[in-house]
Amino acid sequence: MDLEKFKVHGGVLIYGAMVSIALATLAIIIGLTVFKKWGYLWREWLTTVDHKRIGVMYILAALLMLFRGGIDALMMRLQTAAPEMKFLDAQHYNEVFTTHGLIMILFMAMPFIIGLMNVIVPLQIGARDVAFPRLNAVSFWLFFFGAMLLNISFVIGGSPDAGWSAYFPLASIEFSPTVGNNYYSLALQISGIGTMLTGVNFIVTILKMRAPGMKLMRMPMFTWSVLITNVIIVFAFPVLTIALALMMFDRLFGSQFFTMANGGMDMLWANLFWVWGHPEVYIVILPAFGIYSDIISTFSKKNLYGYTSMVASMVIISLLSFLVWAHHFYTMGQGVMVNSFFSITTMAIAVPTGVKIFNWLFTLRKGRITFTTPMLYTLAFIPIFTIGGVTGVMLAMASADYQYHNTMFLVAHFHYVLIPGAVFAVIAGFHYWFPKVFGFRLNERLGKHAFWWIIISFNVAFFPLFILGLMGMTRRMYTYSAETGFGPLNMVSFAGALGLAIGFVILVYNIYWSTRYMPRDTTGDPWDARTLEWATNSPIPAYNFAVVPTVTDRDAFWVSKQENIPLFKDQIKKIHMPSNTGKPFILGVIFFFFGFFMVFSMWVPAIVSGVGILITLCAMSFDRDHGFYIPEKEIIATEKKLRGETV
Amino acid sequence: MNKKGPLYALFLSLILLLPGCSSITVLNPKGPAARTISDTIILSILVMLGVLAVVYILYIFVIVKYRAKKSNEGYVPPHEEGNKWLEAIWIAIPIIIVSFLSVVTVKSTSAVENVAADYKNQKPLVIYASSSNWKWHFSYPEEGIETVNYVNIPVHRAVEFRLYSFSSITSFWVPQLAGQKYAMNDMLTTLHLSADTVGSYLGRNSNFSGKGFAHMEFETLVMPQKDYDGWVKDVKETAQPLTEDEFKALLKTDFVGRKTYSSNHLTFSPPPGNHGDHMSHDGMEMDMDNGNMEHKENKKIHPSPAPSSETIFDGKPDTEVQPVDDSTHEGHH
Repeated sequence: MDLEKFKVHGGVLIYGAMVSIALATLAIIIGLTVFKKWGYLWREWLTTVDHKRIGVMYILAALLMLFRGGIDALMMRLQTAAPEMKFLDAQHYNEVFTTHGLIMILFMAMPFIIGLMNVIVPLQIGARDVAFPRLNAVSFWLFFFGAMLLNISFVIGGSPDAGWSAYFPLASIEFSPTVGNNYYSLALQISGIGTMLTGVNFIVTILKMRAPGMKLMRMPMFTWSVLITNVIIVFAFPVLTIALALMMFDRLFGSQFFTMANGGMDMLWANLFWVWGHPEVYIVILPAFGIYSDIISTFSKKNLYGYTSMVASMVIISLLSFLVWAHHFYTMGQGVMVNSFFSITTMAIAVPTGVKIFNWLFTLRKGRITFTTPMLYTLAFIPIFTIGGVTGVMLAMASADYQYHNTMFLVAHFHYVLIPGAVFAVIAGFHYWFPKVFGFRLNERLGKHAFWWIIISFNVAFFPLFILGLMGMTRRMYTYSAETGFGPLNMVSFAGALGLAIGFVILVYNIYWSTRYMPRDTTGDPWDARTLEWATNSPIPAYNFAVVPTVTDRDAFWVSKQENIPLFKDQIKKIHMPSNTGKPFILGVIFFFFGFFMVFSMWVPAIVSGVGILITLCAMSFDRDHGFYIPEKEIIATEKKLRGETV
Repeated sequence: MNKKGPLYALFLSLILLLPGCSSITVLNPKGPAARTISDTIILSILVMLGVLAVVYILYIFVIVKYRAKKSNEGYVPPHEEGNKWLEAIWIAIPIIIVSFLSVVTVKSTSAVENVAADYKNQKPLVIYASSSNWKWHFSYPEEGIETVNYVNIPVHRAVEFRLYSFSSITSFWVPQLAGQKYAMNDMLTTLHLSADTVGSYLGRNSNFSGKGFAHMEFETLVMPQKDYDGWVKDVKETAQPLTEDEFKALLKTDFVGRKTYSSNHLTFSPPPGNHGDHMSHDGMEMDMDNGNMEHKENKKIHPSPAPSSETIFDGKPDTEVQPVDDSTHEGHH
């Protein structure tokens, strides 16, 4: 076999990455062996079907990817910090910004949000697990191995290099002959299937598994946002699936859907990509709105203002999100009519979004606001995201977009939307729900340090890009000459990127520090919060609620605390639980190999692993396992222990 | 806690008001199309500053006034369901703002997609601008000349660029003269621009197209009509003609400097949008067997929205190259 195609040529960085991946893998293997944790890892994590553990694994993977994508970002900012930098060459720069985009959107923001929804949504609706726990494990492992497949592209064969939007014909075999975009089509496909399954799972969970009395209009706002998000997932992801499949045919089997020859249509790819791609933005932003709503309500000690209009605005946003895709290519020459239509639908989204901003402000009004770390991120979100929002309206104007399109102005805009809109939200949610999952809070002082580093550096890093865009600097340029005058502002931006890196390092250090030194929380409700997840113990027992709660109002837990209405009326009875299974993990592993062999056109092993996938799926379908019961005694003992009583 | 709002407002207004801040190319227009867009941008920034101001004032007010402090220790915030009048206000006002901006958008988009008002009575100078990895080719069909990586145009003259690509999608952009437009391999797009000041303006491809993307720049030199005529005459007399072989070699070369030819490639390699031959214009593989004609017919109109009978069923090959020109359908709105 020709080993040459596996190699990536590229100097110190690539070899550094190879060595660090090899060392990290070795360290993990040795660590697990020395501490005899293989069995623990397999029994408690790799085979788990518990929504909380799956959620934690999603979040861990997302944090890992945050650092991978963050290093990409630092490399890009360093390369453009000054004119004519020689740090990366064009090919590497192209690979780095492509993987930065893919990883941050698909393997950081999405899994972080899916992780939080996994941990929290069943608790918020008073359920014991998601509707299909095994399917949930399948979702996670497909996502995880899809992400790993994309990541190894950096050291085996080369990364995708046509931008995260992979426009054709640039991404065709003719102009991108390395295996990079094969990785794109397969890695995204595998993790995309996982996401689609998550969509189905959570719609069913929220519609069918709510506790008695939890009507739809009594659900916490985060659960509402997750429901709407998953509806978007179910409608949007099939488009990506099809587009990626056609791309794979083009690249591996010589079909001509998007190529230049034989009637292929490059514009079709752009349309399909953005028909998925724009709703995707709302897939990561709507849950963020939900997280913020819950946090604002908790820390201003008030119910959410305008609950009904909050729900309505999310529904409207979800509908509009499917009607705006062409604003990503006003410059394709559709003419005045089409561009005007998409301008107006795009600007229309500002209306429901504005409603949400004002509802949040009026929730704060007359409240009693405490500035905890999660609340700080939430409060920083409002002014920063509003800048992202108003620049979005500016970009929506087709004529003006002819000047913003493809420039740093656009880059600044979507970072002003996605970082406060998604990243701050998941960090806020992470700090907020951390004590629920692990039973202790993160340190507030360190949390606030990280917060100020991140907020200030974010603005230093991204505000200059608005001006650079208006100066005519386009995105994805790996270098520029000194005469352009782009140098100073890019240097400022690089300084901001460094500050962001420091902020994230403090954030992670805080996790380590708090794990060692923070006191245990035995109340289960450290923030004096309002929704059901705080009604159970922290850390959450496997069965979530010893007794299923009965809900009488919105903010069910708050109402029960204020008015002394008991949430848990029934006696403790034995609880039915699903058993762990290793099959989803095995399925993920086989999918990984299938993807890898497909990437390199190694047909025989690809067919063998394809058959393996079918066999595993059959085995899962015919699995006769009816779960097990946790006996009463054990539940009572667990409950006592978690409340800090001696058994 | 967070008082960056006014700072931003100050910052933005400084950028806008700085007199002679010529490095902000987009807001330093030298032609009617770019000027229309620049005015639109400044107007939208002002409106958006107003929106930001409202949000920021409210925001600072609530987080200062309602923060937890020693003096309001026992305060129990009220339960508020919402207020339909207040909510109606913050639905209605954004709708008014968005409607206003929609009108501005439709008007300005229509303006820049057509020949500028002052130039309507002129016969536009047609230039085919085509991109290949990683160069720009400018073909002047009337003058019968061709340049690479620079384009000369007369001042105060309507110019119609017809854009297409020999490889990836690129975007033709001279920020001081007009907004950008894609150049694609399977269809022509049209960009109208005019310059009202003599000078040299940087143009570039703004759409990522691979390794050489960062270097894909060209100079747009705007000169008086007399100088332009002199230049054309000069080129006709002194430059070499562009042969098919030379053009093929040129397409295969990644980077070249400026080139000038006394004939153009349109004669042997017609642009897309024309029936029959646009599939083979770059002299590569492309066999033309079964079933392709129908698809190409679709392509010719795609994605023009006008449901016009003359485009779909008119099988007659045009003798002259017809661009897909949306403006002819929609300019009357």
